[in-house]
Amino acid sequence: MDRPLGHSPTPTPPLFATAASRRSASRPRPTRRLATVVVATLLLSGFVGCSAARKEGGGEGKPASIELLNVSYDPTRELYRSINQAFADDYQKKHGAAVSIKQSHAASGSQSRAVIDGLEADVVTLATWPDVEAIAKAGLVKPDWQARFDNKSVPYHSVVVFVVRKGNPKGISDWPDLDRDGIEIITPNPKTSGNGKYSFLAAWGSVLAAGGSPDDARGFVERLYRRTPVLDTGARAATATFSQKGIGDVHLTFENEAHLEVEESKGELEIVYPTRSIRVDPPVAVVDTTVDRKATRHAAEAYLGFLYSPEGQSIVAKHHYRPWTADAKGPPEGFPAIEMFDVEFVAGSWDDAMKNLFGEGGEFDRIYQPAGASN
Amino acid sequence: MTSKPRDAATASSPLGLLLIAGAVATVGLLIVAPLASVFVDAFSNGPRAWWEALAHDPDTRHAIWLSLTVAPVAVIVNTVFGVAAAWLVARFRFPGRSLLVSLFDVPFSVSPVVAGLALVLIFGRQGLLGPTLAWLAVKVIFAWPGLVLATTFVTLPLVVRELIPVMEAIGPEEEMAAVSLGANGWQVFWRVTLPNIRWALLHGIVLANARAMGEFGAVYVVSGHIAGATDTMPLRVEKLFQEYRTPASMAVASVLAALALLTLVAKVFIERQLETESKELEAARVPGADTDPSTGGLGK
Repeated sequence: MDRPLGHSPTPTPPLFATAASRRSASRPRPTRRLATVVVATLLLSGFVGCSAARKEGGGEGKPASIELLNVSYDPTRELYRSINQAFADDYQKKHGAAVSIKQSHAASGSQSRAVIDGLEADVVTLATWPDVEAIAKAGLVKPDWQARFDNKSVPYHSVVVFVVRKGNPKGISDWPDLDRDGIEIITPNPKTSGNGKYSFLAAWGSVLAAGGSPDDARGFVERLYRRTPVLDTGARAATATFSQKGIGDVHLTFENEAHLEVEESKGELEIVYPTRSIRVDPPVAVVDTTVDRKATRHAAEAYLGFLYSPEGQSIVAKHHYRPWTADAKGPPEGFPAIEMFDVEFVAGSWDDAMKNLFGEGGEFDRIYQPAGASN
Repeated sequence: MTSKPRDAATASSPLGLLLIAGAVATVGLLIVAPLASVFVDAFSNGPRAWWEALAHDPDTRHAIWLSLTVAPVAVIVNTVFGVAAAWLVARFRFPGRSLLVSLFDVPFSVSPVVAGLALVLIFGRQGLLGPTLAWLAVKVIFAWPGLVLATTFVTLPLVVRELIPVMEAIGPEEEMAAVSLGANGWQVFWRVTLPNIRWALLHGIVLANARAMGEFGAVYVVSGHIAGATDTMPLRVEKLFQEYRTPASMAVASVLAALALLTLVAKVFIERQLETESKELEAARVPGADTDPSTGGLGK
């Protein structure tokens, strides 16, 4: 019977002293109106949020300047900072248009996944072939991407080397030294990291190249990962684990990352080149769906093309990546000679490597589980 | 007050001293030392280098600006939602009410990384709403709205959780009195409800803001790590650290830490206000409010 009371301008006072009225099912009207207002405000604030968001997105589409997003892997941050500057100047000079390049860096596998999930990369410059291929399989990059640029769309190479502590206290000079008791190895997780995959393949291939059998290789790699105390998700996290947290005796990493790590350590670390190691082929690709929608294909293709130009290649070399043009005839200038094998030598093909080594239930799963599950 | 001498005796006993030393050492080691080291590292190259690291790096500047926009938007959404939701829960009884209250707590129990991944699964290109969003040309994940969504999600319980107990303690009587005197909805809200809950609301806002500024996990997943576009301050700290720019990284971290300290001061101040207010409320309630039996019969 309290509904009419809600309407009456002066209800009887006792009602408002009751705690019970709070629990009653029907409400006085004005309160209900308040609820409507609150809900309306909530919706309104949602709209404000949306329009703010649209404004944010709209700012990128200014016709005066082109903006590219390069989705890359961990150790290329410094390289692309230099490349982006040089390319912007070059493009401005040749085409009279301002280009600014935004960078995204994380573990190569995660980056590939992010692009598939909608990270709007104009170009991807990732660590391994499967990372770009996965994007192609998702339909964002045309299947012929490898043929679009020279050297199977690999503008620079690297090689997996060792980083050790000052004075090399554990006397690590080649792969068999990693097999000694008590040597702790730092390398990122091959499931997420390109560096991790290459390190795994390098260790495996080092046994095969020295004349060992696949079983020898499996045993060697298994012992290595047993003595890997931390498996970081990306190359940079692994570098921090080794150089800044001081964990481990040897860090398996790309030559370019090794140089940077050693320079940063101010004499606390040094590089060791093993007799042989794996050649790293980081591929690049234009993301067709993005550049077609944003109409940035010209700049995106020029950007990746710039990596192959003499200026691009000299910047590449300055950042300790091996220029591709020189790789047929001995080591490029300033790079030590090292016997190199490729992924095909170790695993047949990247597809096989992904399936047999890094796939669900593959070699890596078989190797790494015992360490974690202790059985 | 009579227990004071005994307290003093306990505190000076060997066990008491040991416990105090343990507590001080723990707080010092886990809280004070890391916090101090952030500031020491941040200023390791002098205040000028600190300022340059913050103001002269466009990506860092953008990260600070981004955090200062994403956090307030998330906090505003949470404030509006929190007030509405707390009011609903405190003033109404309906089926599913306790379920709703438990749902408010989900962001506390779900790992932020999982929350971020869930957002990707819904709003990502391959997600549930992916095709619709692509058709509308609206970017959510790996863009500003995604950061706001993730931040709003993790801070969702903070305002509403703060308000429910206060609103329940205050009760609906004053609001109903206002209605009876002819106040409309807005007047009731601005003149009665809001003044009553203002300190609790402010407390919730301060906590939500602190959490929003510092959020890493959920934002990490949905950001896409685009420097100068989707890196918030905590993400920038990590990125600079990984780029071997530790002093710059710590400079950004010091700003975050300073914000946290400010929050702490605000929180202490607000908590004092809340305490006096709840004492006043209690004092006011003693004579009338609990004498239900006399009027309880009138409700039905």
